Amino acid sequence: MQSPGLSQITWGQPPSAVRRSAAPQREASGETRQSAPRPVQTGITRIKIDGKALPERLLRLFALGGPTHLYFQPRTLEEAVQTLATHGGQILSGGTDFYPSLGERAAPGDVIDISRVAEMQGVRIESDHVRIGGRTTWTEIIRTPLPRCFDALKAAAREVGSVQIQNRGTVAGNLCNASPAADGVPPLLALDAHAELISIAGTRRLPLSEFIVGNRKTLLRSDEFLSAVIVPRDLDDAPSAFLKLGARRYLVISIAMVAAVVKLDPRETITQARVAVGSCSVTARRLADLERDLVGVAIARGWTSRVSANHLRPLSPIDDVRGTAAYRNDAALTLIRRALEACTEAH
Amino acid sequence: MVATPPILHEVESTFAFTVNGSQVRLSTPPVRRLSRVLRENLGLTGTKVGCDAGDCGACTVLLDGDPVCSCLVPVAQAEGHEITTVEGLANRPPLFDRLQNSFLCHGAAQCGACTPGMLVSATALLEQNSAPIEIEVLDAIGGVLCRCTGYRKIVNAIVDVGIQSSAFSSPEAGHAVGSRMVRLDGASKISGSEIFGADEVPADCLSVRAIRCPHHRARFRFGDLDRYVATHPGVHAVFTSKDVPGIDRYGVIPDFADQPVFAHDEARFRGEAVGIVVGDPDAIEALNPSEFPVSWEVLDPLTTIDAALSSEATQLHPDLHRPNNVLTGGRVVRGDVDRALAEADVVVEDEYETGFVEHAYIEPEAGFARPIGNCIEVQACTQSPYMDRADIAKILGLAPEAVRIIPTAVGGGFGSKLDLSVQPFVALAAWHLNRPVRMVYSRIESILSTTKRHPARMRLRAGANRAGKLVALDFTADFNTGAYSSWGPTVAKRVPVHASGPYVVPNYRAVTRAVHTHLVPAGAFRGFGVPQTAIAQEQVYDQIADKLGIDRLEFRILNSLEDNTPTVTGQVLGEGVGIRACFEALRPHWIAAHQAAKEFNATIPGPIRRGVGIAGMWYGCGNTSLPNPSTIRVGLKPNGRIALHQGAVDIGQGSNTIVTQICADAMRIPIDRFDLVSGDTAITPDCGKTSASRQTFVTGKAAAMAGKKLRDAMSALANVSGEDATLTLEDDALIVEPTGRRVGLTAFPLDAHGYVITAEATFDPPTSPLDENGQGLPYAVFGFGAHMAEVAVDTDLGTVKVLKITAAHDVGRAINPTLIEGQIEGGAAQGLGQALMEEFFPGKGENLHDYLIPSAGDMPPVESILIEDPSPIGPFGAKGIGEQAVIPTAPAILNAIYDATGVRIRRVPATPDRVRAAILASRGGPSHA
Repeated sequence: MQSPGLSQITWGQPPSAVRRSAAPQREASGETRQSAPRPVQTGITRIKIDGKALPERLLRLFALGGPTHLYFQPRTLEEAVQTLATHGGQILSGGTDFYPSLGERAAPGDVIDISRVAEMQGVRIESDHVRIGGRTTWTEIIRTPLPRCFDALKAAAREVGSVQIQNRGTVAGNLCNASPAADGVPPLLALDAHAELISIAGTRRLPLSEFIVGNRKTLLRSDEFLSAVIVPRDLDDAPSAFLKLGARRYLVISIAMVAAVVKLDPRETITQARVAVGSCSVTARRLADLERDLVGVAIARGWTSRVSANHLRPLSPIDDVRGTAAYRNDAALTLIRRALEACTEAH
Repeated sequence: MVATPPILHEVESTFAFTVNGSQVRLSTPPVRRLSRVLRENLGLTGTKVGCDAGDCGACTVLLDGDPVCSCLVPVAQAEGHEITTVEGLANRPPLFDRLQNSFLCHGAAQCGACTPGMLVSATALLEQNSAPIEIEVLDAIGGVLCRCTGYRKIVNAIVDVGIQSSAFSSPEAGHAVGSRMVRLDGASKISGSEIFGADEVPADCLSVRAIRCPHHRARFRFGDLDRYVATHPGVHAVFTSKDVPGIDRYGVIPDFADQPVFAHDEARFRGEAVGIVVGDPDAIEALNPSEFPVSWEVLDPLTTIDAALSSEATQLHPDLHRPNNVLTGGRVVRGDVDRALAEADVVVEDEYETGFVEHAYIEPEAGFARPIGNCIEVQACTQSPYMDRADIAKILGLAPEAVRIIPTAVGGGFGSKLDLSVQPFVALAAWHLNRPVRMVYSRIESILSTTKRHPARMRLRAGANRAGKLVALDFTADFNTGAYSSWGPTVAKRVPVHASGPYVVPNYRAVTRAVHTHLVPAGAFRGFGVPQTAIAQEQVYDQIADKLGIDRLEFRILNSLEDNTPTVTGQVLGEGVGIRACFEALRPHWIAAHQAAKEFNATIPGPIRRGVGIAGMWYGCGNTSLPNPSTIRVGLKPNGRIALHQGAVDIGQGSNTIVTQICADAMRIPIDRFDLVSGDTAITPDCGKTSASRQTFVTGKAAAMAGKKLRDAMSALANVSGEDATLTLEDDALIVEPTGRRVGLTAFPLDAHGYVITAEATFDPPTSPLDENGQGLPYAVFGFGAHMAEVAVDTDLGTVKVLKITAAHDVGRAINPTLIEGQIEGGAAQGLGQALMEEFFPGKGENLHDYLIPSAGDMPPVESILIEDPSPIGPFGAKGIGEQAVIPTAPAILNAIYDATGVRIRRVPATPDRVRAAILASRGGPSHA
């Protein structure tokens, strides 16, 4: 394994660009506080690293007037996990959550940019599962031909922010950010997806339902990346649907959303159903009771009225600027019925 | 880890990538946003920054051909890739030429701040799909927000990209008025070369970061500021209230001025500045405001009107005479309301409430100041250069002449850029440090600290007789005006004049108050309180019509103001009252829309219910009973061209073009002979503020008068009698037709302004003060209009889709129909937002993903019907349209929701949860709100 070899890092004095501030003050200007002229750091800075030669561009320095930070750009998964293990840093991938989370703050400390990690690119369809690489963007999900049960995920991909966000934002980033309103979570929960987590110690897999544990909380350790999302191919041809409810079209955070996958037998009877609801609890939730009650139901006029408020008990919505808790429950019920109808109408 | 032999290795933060076809290589921090690198390192300021969060799409560029928000791309990720900005689209003819032309001809660019993002997004689409249909266009531009146009002209410009248009041909002499000519400042808006507030940076310029109070109300104390400056490399100075050399109390209405540049000891709203840090740009970019030495003692805030009015309430401005925190009030009384209501055959009593609404222009406030000798220059986005000059002079303790305001292009204003934002900070810092200083508000800062639409609470009692005539309206309203006065007095005074709507109401009482709270100041926002008022008044009138069993449109026609009927202030306009014509123009649309809705509801069962609503509007152009003159200067240049000093700031609405069209026709000189001179206070006379729908009317009138004067002077110069002579201009000569006699222009001495002849004219609309009952002549001209909305309500989810808006406006004379349609469509979009999704909650969601404005996918087609019932005073009969266009939209939508569902929404916005709760309540079930 090629090691980034970061045994010791020092850097030389940056070139000092002395800027003399201000001409003499005018009398009218009153009392002002001014510092004496002093050297300032500029964007052009060199660093010297004692240790093994680094892969080119693995590491860069950035200094924004304040403390100096490191920016790593590993090219391989091995480099990435090594860097994370030996140095640590905030992971930056598509940038669509990284930058908004800064608010008005300047960039954070050290950053590990995984956008060039070759092994994490792309979607692979294997015999018994689909592997969505950790760098896969929503646009790639939309453009990649996938089994029918992925229709809900594709529909969710089209609802993520805007084309601009879909072109940069990744499926893995959406899961790691773990917003209660993450568009990707309900369809992936309904697909029984697993998160593949990699660290220097190896890889482990967690069901998505276990991986996300709260509002912006996951079981991702600080030495781990989400390297891939693994979806079993057990419901390949089952129709699926995704519905997102927001107060406007495009660029909207959902008030509630539902993903459903329904498998029917030739007599139009449900043999398996999976239903996940987002934005109605701290994490999106599958509705186990509902899924069980739907098995054996024959598709006939008005069949979705079997979905009742009782089935929503796993949800615990809140009041916020987008809607009341009571409304979320009420709307979720409607969305579930419609998503189920969409699945069976498409059948 | 095993130590390895040391190898000295140098790594430089340099990045190489392609921008617009050229290789660039630059040194910059790797996490710096690509948007910032493009603008600041590479000077490509065509890419705009609207939010730094991917919420607005203004910064869209192509990365290897795919649209991305450049604010979310670290420059390190651009390495090795190909970036295309709006400036680089010119390398993609013929597609881009066609797209630009189509944008110009459709009037798809108004302020121009979203235009680069729109053009880049559209190019990405068109390169994949040369003939997209509407839904494909919507998907492609859905990620770019626009606040001016209402999107429809943008969508049409992209769909029609293959169709050639003739709008480029410049109108002939005397035919500019009424022409759909392309806006004169359009070319710079579609090339990315327009200069907005953040687009110019003087050499050696410092940056500013404001330190703002994070609480609604807090006492504060600074730590050791000198030490803070000394220990923060690159920080040059900190300024606080102690550093304000002049009068530290400013405000748009001098008699009510109450706002300090920095809070003194106690901050009165969340977001109020307590100080600024000035330093080198990199140091300010990296500044961590939480390290600033200030401690906050949180105090109990007054956040509601009721709390502020209570007798025990803290007084926000104890040193000013504002008892019970009432800033001021307004009152208009006519006839005997109580008696008329007692005798009325039907009476409707109701209450309505609205919240804060954010302007959400795409360009956050920005600008710079620099000292020039003993004077100071401020270049910033503004709607009111001369008002800025007066306040900056006051703050710095200078004479107004020592302050020069250079307005940049304004990336949307809608009223909020009438107030100062960055100007006092940059002016103060530049003055003290004697070097240029700039400031660019973040989106968060813009939403936190700049003015909002006033929240309103309105009570109405209206009565009518069996014949269907309105007999009385009793209206009371309280407005939450926030911590400082801003335009609160204007709202309080304007609303009582307008609360009747454009109808005859013989007995009338309207009483308003503007009440201070510890919230962000509410100020001017397109309509000064009248859009809120219309929401209440037009829903009450629908209820009266229903009680009387009269069609809702016919009820309005029956009660419409006429030329010779008195308004609620006793004014008889005499001419130009076109409201009845607007309603009548809508009648066939109204009948057809109801028929269509009825058929849909009858044939398609299910949760979707359709409905149709209507609302009327009137709106006085210019200040309410106060002087508001405009002065236009126009000069004949020795090269045979006309210099038009046009001080009406064009915030996208089109005053640069409209005022020139008017002046050109007043002179009967072709418009392509005109050179526009901007509203720079050093070179152009005062045209007042761009607000109150006054620029077409007031400045337009001054332009007509000045043009006529110059033409008369040119006739005298040529020694011909004024009216009959045909004068044309050639290079260096004035030609008298039909003889063809040439009067050379180069031989004349130039006057003090540098022109062969200069003409100047001032127009101030004739109004009269209102008496103690609000009776008098508040405005010389009113605009009239009515909107019809067709909606589909999903009754199970409470969502509302507006299917179409049909808008009829009496504009007096349509100086430029394309620009007027642009105002109507943009106004309709803001009204739609107000009706369905927009409410700002101070302290929650100071960004553009929690605060929602309509996206391209929310806007239905808008059909504009222009009525021309000329104003006897306006230039060529023209009236205002800017604010008129927003007012009747929300009430029309709310009336349509009622028509579809039978539920009345009394608290806007009609968000899905509110609509659904009202539907459940109407069914007698549990209401969950």
